[in-house]
Amino acid sequence: MRAPDFRYRRARSVAEAARALADGGPGAMVLAGGTDLVPNLKRRQQTPGLLIGIRHLRELRRVRNGTGLELGSARLLAEIAADRKIARTYPALARAAGLVATPQIRNMGTLGGNLCLDTRCTYYNQSYEWRQAIGFCMKAPAATGGRACAAPSGDAVCWVATSSPRCWAVSSSDTAPALIALGARITLVSSEGARDLALEELYADDGMSYLAKRPDEILTAVRLPPADAGWRSTYWKLRRRGSFDFPILSVAAAVRLDGDGTVRDARVVLGAVASRPVLVPESARLVGGRLEDGAIEAFAEAAAAHARPMDNTDLALAWRKKMARRYLAGALREIARG
Amino acid sequence: MNVIGKPRRRVDGRAKVTGQTRFADDLALPRMLFGKLLRSPHPHALIRAVETSAARAAPGVHLVLTGADFPIAYGIMPVSQDEHALCRDRVRYVGDPVAAVIATSERAAADAAALVRVEYEPLATIASPEEALQTAEPRIHDYGPAGNIHRLAHLAFGDVDAALAGADRVFEDVFFYEGSTHLPLEQHAAVAAVDPDGRLTLWSSTQTPHYVHRELARALDLPAHAIRVVATPNGGGFGGKSDPFNHEIVAAKAALLTGRPVKITLTREEVFYAHRGRHPVLMRLKTGVQSDGTIVAMDLETLLDGGAYGSYGPASTLYTGQLQTVTYRVPRYRFRACRTFTNKPACGPKRGHGTPQPRFAQEVQLDKIASALGRDPADLRLQQLAPANALTANWLSIGSMGLGPCIERVVEGSAWRERHGKLPFGQGLGLACSSYLCGAGLPIYWNELPHSGVQLQLDRSGRVTAFCGATEIGQGSDDVLAAIVAEVLGLEAADVRLVTGDTDLTPVDLGSYSSRVTLMMGNAAIQAAERAKALLAEAAALKLGVPAERLAFAERRVFDVERPETGLTFQEAVVAAEARHGTLGTTGSYRPPRGAARYRGGGVGPSAAYSYTAAVVEVEVDPATGWVRVPKVWIGHDIGRVLNPVLARGQVEGGVYMGLGEALMEEQSFRRLPPRLSAALVHKIPSLLEYKSLTSLEMPEVVTYFVEEPDANGPFGAKEVGQGPLLPIAPAVANAVFDAVGVRVDEVPLTPDRVLAALEAMAKGKPGRVGPAAFPAVPWPEPTVVPPPWEGGDGKAADERAPSRDVLPTHHSGTSGVRV
Amino acid sequence: MTDARSHGRTDARKRLARGHRGTRAPEDGAIRLALTVNGEPREALVAGYKTLLEVLREDLGLTGTKHGCELGECGACAVLVDGKPVLSCLLLAVELGGAHVTTVEGLAAGPALSALQAAFADRGAAQCGYCTPGILVTAQALLEKNPRPSREEIAAALAGNLCRCTGYLQIFEAVEQAAGTRARGHGGTREAAAGAGGTGGTGGGQ
Repeated sequence: MRAPDFRYRRARSVAEAARALADGGPGAMVLAGGTDLVPNLKRRQQTPGLLIGIRHLRELRRVRNGTGLELGSARLLAEIAADRKIARTYPALARAAGLVATPQIRNMGTLGGNLCLDTRCTYYNQSYEWRQAIGFCMKAPAATGGRACAAPSGDAVCWVATSSPRCWAVSSSDTAPALIALGARITLVSSEGARDLALEELYADDGMSYLAKRPDEILTAVRLPPADAGWRSTYWKLRRRGSFDFPILSVAAAVRLDGDGTVRDARVVLGAVASRPVLVPESARLVGGRLEDGAIEAFAEAAAAHARPMDNTDLALAWRKKMARRYLAGALREIARG
Repeated sequence: MNVIGKPRRRVDGRAKVTGQTRFADDLALPRMLFGKLLRSPHPHALIRAVETSAARAAPGVHLVLTGADFPIAYGIMPVSQDEHALCRDRVRYVGDPVAAVIATSERAAADAAALVRVEYEPLATIASPEEALQTAEPRIHDYGPAGNIHRLAHLAFGDVDAALAGADRVFEDVFFYEGSTHLPLEQHAAVAAVDPDGRLTLWSSTQTPHYVHRELARALDLPAHAIRVVATPNGGGFGGKSDPFNHEIVAAKAALLTGRPVKITLTREEVFYAHRGRHPVLMRLKTGVQSDGTIVAMDLETLLDGGAYGSYGPASTLYTGQLQTVTYRVPRYRFRACRTFTNKPACGPKRGHGTPQPRFAQEVQLDKIASALGRDPADLRLQQLAPANALTANWLSIGSMGLGPCIERVVEGSAWRERHGKLPFGQGLGLACSSYLCGAGLPIYWNELPHSGVQLQLDRSGRVTAFCGATEIGQGSDDVLAAIVAEVLGLEAADVRLVTGDTDLTPVDLGSYSSRVTLMMGNAAIQAAERAKALLAEAAALKLGVPAERLAFAERRVFDVERPETGLTFQEAVVAAEARHGTLGTTGSYRPPRGAARYRGGGVGPSAAYSYTAAVVEVEVDPATGWVRVPKVWIGHDIGRVLNPVLARGQVEGGVYMGLGEALMEEQSFRRLPPRLSAALVHKIPSLLEYKSLTSLEMPEVVTYFVEEPDANGPFGAKEVGQGPLLPIAPAVANAVFDAVGVRVDEVPLTPDRVLAALEAMAKGKPGRVGPAAFPAVPWPEPTVVPPPWEGGDGKAADERAPSRDVLPTHHSGTSGVRV
Repeated sequence: MTDARSHGRTDARKRLARGHRGTRAPEDGAIRLALTVNGEPREALVAGYKTLLEVLREDLGLTGTKHGCELGECGACAVLVDGKPVLSCLLLAVELGGAHVTTVEGLAAGPALSALQAAFADRGAAQCGYCTPGILVTAQALLEKNPRPSREEIAAALAGNLCRCTGYLQIFEAVEQAAGTRARGHGGTREAAAGAGGTGGTGGGQ
């Protein structure tokens, strides 16, 4: 299985990469770890004419400790998973990073790449020929394959919900739910300058346009607020096997407890149940109470309503929906135990 | 024994750990071209036209082939000659090849393949056996007893209805065993070249070079002696590389037409289309027992989803019933089987070929019987083991039979009697047993020739080279060959040079399938080595002045057993023998003993020996999620004799691994789009990521016990170990889940949603069971009635005049029928 | 209808016409690549779309590194780049100038097998041998970082390498043997057993 032709430009700085990206227009993409993009190239899901290499840029590999933590977007997932300070202070992030794919992929894949991970779907993550056999779909219509074809067209269809006007591909990032729960903010850089936004604002509820960033913006850094005493966090991931697999459900939770166990802050995020990570609004209801069984169960039941899995990942959809409540409760119990 | 039974580095170990084993895709020849197959995007369609001019004109393209270039049909069995290297008038599944492009690079070939225009006329599609039974037209093939039925079998050994009527209890269950694929890590690859003398050579990742050789000759209409097939070491096979494949024939044809070497390597997705994997099988099993659980009769119906081609299907069909009689005494037995065609990649032989499915049904049902009658599942089995050295109801000849000790060892090791039925809710133990062939008693095509041949060549350097057509697929066949020759001649295994799997250089061995190599090649090797030993002994005896009978061969010496210091080095003995006899070479060959079964259908099941296995699986079931975790497996295998304990244990653990994969997660599943919008019928997950197989993190601890009951037919008493240990795993898991949480999952895989569904049903007061509800109506033919040995008869059908209903036309003259 | 290559060219022409300034690869998309493989400097002119896996196998003649999926889903193509196990099927050659790559061919010192290779050969850790190169380099990296890993650490380190033959247990044992956390000697611990009813001993993964 071979990649198509492309041009390659090794950026010497973020600024240069941003300029090249702006100049390249829709046919240009940045290439960091490549673990998401290269398979997509081979399957012709994406056929950028220009790849802009950024993995080597030192400014994207920096770690800054100050109040909180700033991580360059080209930090490797393996580095984040192995970082003892992160494991101590932001355990949800360390765990999420350590559960991505496989050890080799974590040695290649970057934090920024995992945050910008293309949404996934069993109708989409397939070869060009396979997608031709279903007449393609709205996320990757025939034309993007680079090979015109006379097959029946499903170009306007989402096969997951055929009457739907939108695409239901699934947000499958592990680190995004964890970082949203931890209150992360990100920096986006374009040739016109930089902007800062809360990570949850990066995501849109649309399997195709799943990132609310402009195509010419590069995610350069992730900033975490200080996690002083009382903060606890965790990340639970549901998948068939202990390795390789993307999440088919995940729960990230960050909770601040005061000395007597009263919840002061709570942010719970569901992953892999929609086209974007879902910050559970009911999290706020936990504040002021204690993480006792009754409260946890009530919260889990309410929060699970936000899990709307579709039949486009592994295992039975009805079962996955049931698991949402159990994983929500399980994650909070773990936090309650400390 | 100096070599046999000793733990040892395998003879090909060094090559494998240095990356020097040359797999098919590792071969590169000067001026080599690359081929790519264009595959059908339609599950079922007529081909109206194929337009290749744009592809021919594309950069780098040397040749474009279509079905028109391949007029001759082929297939692994003489009764299923239903394939063409490229489809001619019809495509039958998404992935069926219709054209091939040969170009200067793999990517140029792939790019140009997209320029081939094929005009299709889509046809109605058939996705399941139930649909196949209900859909007479369109027919996927124009042969078979009716509509889309490929094969039917109906065998009755004694009056089963009468026996069931007289039973104290009759248990009836419907089971489903999902299809799965072999998933060898190595993608299939083949390289073809025309040698300087104008003859064709094909190097291929195949388990069966002899059958590829035959079918290549047929499909290319060339004399077989003008073709050389070399089986490269297989990067895993498991049955998936046992058919002749499209890409092999296309590469060969392209090499002949271009005069240049041509390589075709399948992508991982294409390997899923090549398939020939485990048949999905729906089963209805009715068993009558006495009040203590002793079986009085068994009545089994199976319905196989065969996919789009015949492949080994005629044999697979019979294997879904024929081995049900070799583990326990079954006084009367009826077996009905139906294989259907569907618009999906063809199923065929996967490790255990046709037998894991009915074994699952039988072993889970026995657990239900034990539970219903208040009997311990181990005792229930031990009380009615099939006897050694006896015939079964369907006239299979059992030799050695070590299932009893296998059960005893796993029961003891797992503390079964203290723990089964007594563990806390959520934890459980399950027991299941099985048996497997040591090689099919009959070859794929009817003949009276040896199934395996070995030649030895010795020369004055002391060199011993063994030649055999057997194929190394990772199971260690090369090691077995070297070890046996070395044992007989008093050498170390590594002293023996090997030439294997090469139709120009080696005598025929039928291939690495049906667990036949150790027994058949081993016996041929013993014969060849004993003949060489006799030549050496005669010469050495003269030289030493010692009677030949007193000579021993050990430690690379030939010496007088009474005065060990009197002797020759092995090399000196070879020199003496070469001087006395001239150039030294011996042969050995093996053909299994003729079976007792004389009825039509009795060609499938007989074997020179049967291995036996018992397993206890421990599970932890999370009742909140239905998740099944397997922490530990105890497995006892009656192997006859262990040849190399390192490899034997590896085969057992590999079998447990693959059995757990099928029990817990592996599924060759397909997807149909909403019919009002699309006619698509596609493999749902043709990738290593989404087709789930166990990783290092899911593998449990495995405790292996070898039971060594030497079999008179096995080399040094050895029986098979490559397939049998897979068989008990899935039913043992299902039985353990019952022990853990009290629900029955009558289908594999035991995914968490199924287990949870059963738990939820039980919580609502309904039966705690998930599984298929019913078995559809199948137009069974009249039975072939064969009295069991204890009811008289001679292994023939009661009415030998009954005409066979579904003798298939063979599509090519000169093919003799096969007895299956 | 066009093929991918000509389509790519058309796109490139359009982009150039729009004033894009990418580094156009040399004629026919070939690039000159210089890297260090198994300690030796190597240079090759390779097609610009190729991955490290394709360059190793097709341009440098190092076929020890295998492919099982070409999509990062099996681990068969693992190699060490600058000492870390990565997947060569996902690394584009254009990004690899100057990299230090270790493949299975670089594990043995001269004719002698490394301790890890010898343990794999002796313990039955290689059956078909196809996943073996990727597992060997990954295990080698583990032992360099963690010379005495536990069974759990070994299983975790190898969780990105699928094996369809062994069931992994003999692989774990081989790594343990190389690490000295398991007694030397061969894997079979079958007790002597003979005759009817004789049973062998255990060889379990502990």
